[in-house]
Amino acid sequence: MKEVTGIKEIIKPENLAYRKSNILTDEIMHYCPGCGHSTTHRILAELIEEEGLQQDAIGVSPVGCSVFLYNYIDIDWQEAAHGRAPAVATAIKRLLPDKFVFTYQGDGDLAAIGTAETIHACNRGENILIIFINNGIYGMTGGQMAPTTLPGMKSSTSPFGRDVRSMGNPIKMTDLVATLPGTYYVTRQSVHTPANVKKTKKALRKAIQYQKLNKGTCFVEVVSNCPSGWKMTPTKANAWMEENMFPFYPLGDMKTPVEVSDQQSKTGKND
Amino acid sequence: MAKIKGSIVVNIDRCKGCEVCMVSCPTGTIAMAKEVNSRGYNYAYPAFPDLCIGCASCAIVCPDGVITVYKTKI
Ligand SMILES: Cc1ncc(C[n+]2csc(CCOP(=O)(O)OP(=O)(O)O)c2C)c(N)n1
Ligand code: SF4
Ligand code: SF4
Ligand code: SF4
Ligand SMILES: [Mg+2]
Repeated sequence: MKEVTGIKEIIKPENLAYRKSNILTDEIMHYCPGCGHSTTHRILAELIEEEGLQQDAIGVSPVGCSVFLYNYIDIDWQEAAHGRAPAVATAIKRLLPDKFVFTYQGDGDLAAIGTAETIHACNRGENILIIFINNGIYGMTGGQMAPTTLPGMKSSTSPFGRDVRSMGNPIKMTDLVATLPGTYYVTRQSVHTPANVKKTKKALRKAIQYQKLNKGTCFVEVVSNCPSGWKMTPTKANAWMEENMFPFYPLGDMKTPVEVSDQQSKTGKND
Repeated sequence: MAKIKGSIVVNIDRCKGCEVCMVSCPTGTIAMAKEVNSRGYNYAYPAFPDLCIGCASCAIVCPDGVITVYKTKI
């Protein structure tokens, strides 16, 4: 490994404060510089290592930029047809109920071609985790408009900005699935700063732990960037995301198990 | 009073020069190299190693798992 280092005397095993998880393979990820897919993969690998799930995790990878995810995290994988990951994960979880089963999907995959699969898996309350990378665009195919593209946002198929009168309104999938009785934990996070990475890691750890309870679908959205599709440098893309994506897709928990029990006690009172 | 000192190791060929680590470092330790790596990216490096406090902000925000962090009290 070619490397460049800081002060040599400090570099000793007993001083180690951070290293990449070994579950993230040594293969260099194909993503563009600064892409949030890479950051989310890295966190996921760390969690699988820390939670001791390498033998028990089965991921379902999507179609989209993250189609090669199975090359980067060293666990069992199944590649699904575009948008069908929640249906495939449903089958895997029902056949192997003791495994930790999750999907990883972009917004084109989850909120366009796979809308039906997403909504029905969540509504059935399948005991899977859905990780949703929302960069407001079809990254892989050349930055076309997605259902999640913001009003006024430019893409290769909305070069003058999304006009909601002719192109429809963006859809907030996370808000939508939070209203379904089958979801147990629903949250929206981001991975563009150290503080947000910590929060997302915490949210994903919770989701992994809740998954063991078999109480329904966990859904974690990561509002992410697409520097190439947005035609910005990575740091500019992150600033643009804060300014434009977060007001429309605010970060935070949308449904937590406490709320679930609140809702149940409320319906109990009404009965 | 004991001082906390850190040191980072950058895996040059894994770096894509995105600069996210550089803008996230609270002490201004990191800069981008003028040289490029095998894939043509200007890689990150500890330009001011004495400033590093080993907080690992750079490593946990790095998309590509490029940075390893060491930390000690002196
Ligand atoms: C059935 C089918 N329809 C269309 C495509 C073309 N296609 C590939 S990826 C993609 C959209 C990807 O967007 P998203 O899910 O947001 O992923 P991103 O690349 O942005 O992470 C489309 C439309 C396909 N591969 N298969
Ligand atoms: S096209 Fe966009 S989503 Fe795809 S790897 Fe590049 S930056 Fe990431
Ligand atoms: S460990 Fe902290 S202080 Fe050192 S380079 Fe990384 S971000 Fe900067
Ligand atoms: S964040 Fe990682 S990939 Fe980006 S410049 Fe820094 S070390 Fe390189
Ligand atoms: Mg997308």
